[in-house]
Amino acid sequence: MILNGVMLTIALSFIAIGLGLVLATLMTALRSLAGSWAGYLVDAYVELMRNTPFLVQLFMIFFGLPQIGIRMNGLEASILAMTLNLAAYATEIIRAGVDSIHKSQIEAGMALAMTKRQVLQYVILQPAFARVWPALSSQFVLMMLASSICSFVSVQELSGTAAIIEQDTFRSFETYIVVTVIYLVLALSLKLFLNWLGRKLFPQVSGLARITEAHGEAA
Amino acid sequence: MQTFGWPEAYFILRSAGWTLALTAIAFFIGSILGGAFAIMRLSRVKLLRQFAAGYILVVQSIPVLMVLFMSYYGLSAVGIELPPFFAASASLSIYVSAYLAEIWRGSIESVPRQQWEASASLALTTPQQYRYIILPQAIRISLPPTVGFLVQLVKNTSIVQVVGFVDLMRAGMLVNNATYQAFQIFTLVGAIYFAICFPLSRLSRHLEKVMNASRSH
Repeated sequence: MILNGVMLTIALSFIAIGLGLVLATLMTALRSLAGSWAGYLVDAYVELMRNTPFLVQLFMIFFGLPQIGIRMNGLEASILAMTLNLAAYATEIIRAGVDSIHKSQIEAGMALAMTKRQVLQYVILQPAFARVWPALSSQFVLMMLASSICSFVSVQELSGTAAIIEQDTFRSFETYIVVTVIYLVLALSLKLFLNWLGRKLFPQVSGLARITEAHGEAA
Repeated sequence: MQTFGWPEAYFILRSAGWTLALTAIAFFIGSILGGAFAIMRLSRVKLLRQFAAGYILVVQSIPVLMVLFMSYYGLSAVGIELPPFFAASASLSIYVSAYLAEIWRGSIESVPRQQWEASASLALTTPQQYRYIILPQAIRISLPPTVGFLVQLVKNTSIVQVVGFVDLMRAGMLVNNATYQAFQIFTLVGAIYFAICFPLSRLSRHLEKVMNASRSH
């Protein structure tokens, strides 16, 4: 039973991280490419999500949306809330990374006859992600821990499972200690995994190596 | 069925006071603990250093919800009954202490090494070094992230409603159970949280700008 809870916590976290990252990258792109109104919209969204509790967002989706005709079960609501929440934080983090790319880098890329797509991929996005990967990783871990809140809409992830076991056995302290230790192991493993992934994805990001590599491919 | 009107809205608004009170208490106790852990983390005694590092690692790697469950349901199972407000403040203080300890350790470490060396060569003792040389500079550096963390704290107080404490979130849920007008209710609840958090976020960003400007001179 606890194992099912663990699996669900892991699944929820990875789905939210995946979807949230895609959404965040899109929003970052929207902010920089489109006209200013799209930028304001993204900014407003980010501020709104970052300044209200995750629990309120979850309840808005789970209890609030049915009132205007959109009905979701606890699991769907949790995934949506986690994705939307993570996307807002990730947008803010990725933007910091993109802002740290100097304009001259982009000009240099263009001078090397790279296509717009290549400049975006190798000169802007990869180095930007590499730079903010540690910040993104901590945000992912925080999101995994926040998934415990999804038990409030009766999702049987790790915390939800703990509550049920506690009700059945009345052994509160033991149950919560075990579950807390599992969270600890999950968080530390996730941290290690993300560090490893970061090294895999961005091996020794000397931006120069990447650019020459890309140029070689193009030639 | 009751409908969502002014009395309910007033009830929710009033409960925001408890959210603020809880934030203030958790921040106060948490910052005393957090300061102690930050200094322990930087201590020359290996045992203290490792203890503080372990504490911070553990607290930052578990959900606050679990700390809350343990201090409320867990302790009552072994015969210690904490009232909800007490359990809530205690668990939030633990949460605050771990995060502030890391923020403040970072701030203390970002004071240039030469400041330590210079003050040591003036024959100041370690407490004197902290008091007159390091902390005044570290506090300035730590101000923006500390205010930023306050936002996280305000938002995280929303989970204490599980132990039955009537804060802003719980008030919203109670009204929702009576009226089933979730959309309006949680919009109001969200708006109140936003009204508390947004100015703090802005202040944090403003402080960051001011700090960067003053440092580039």
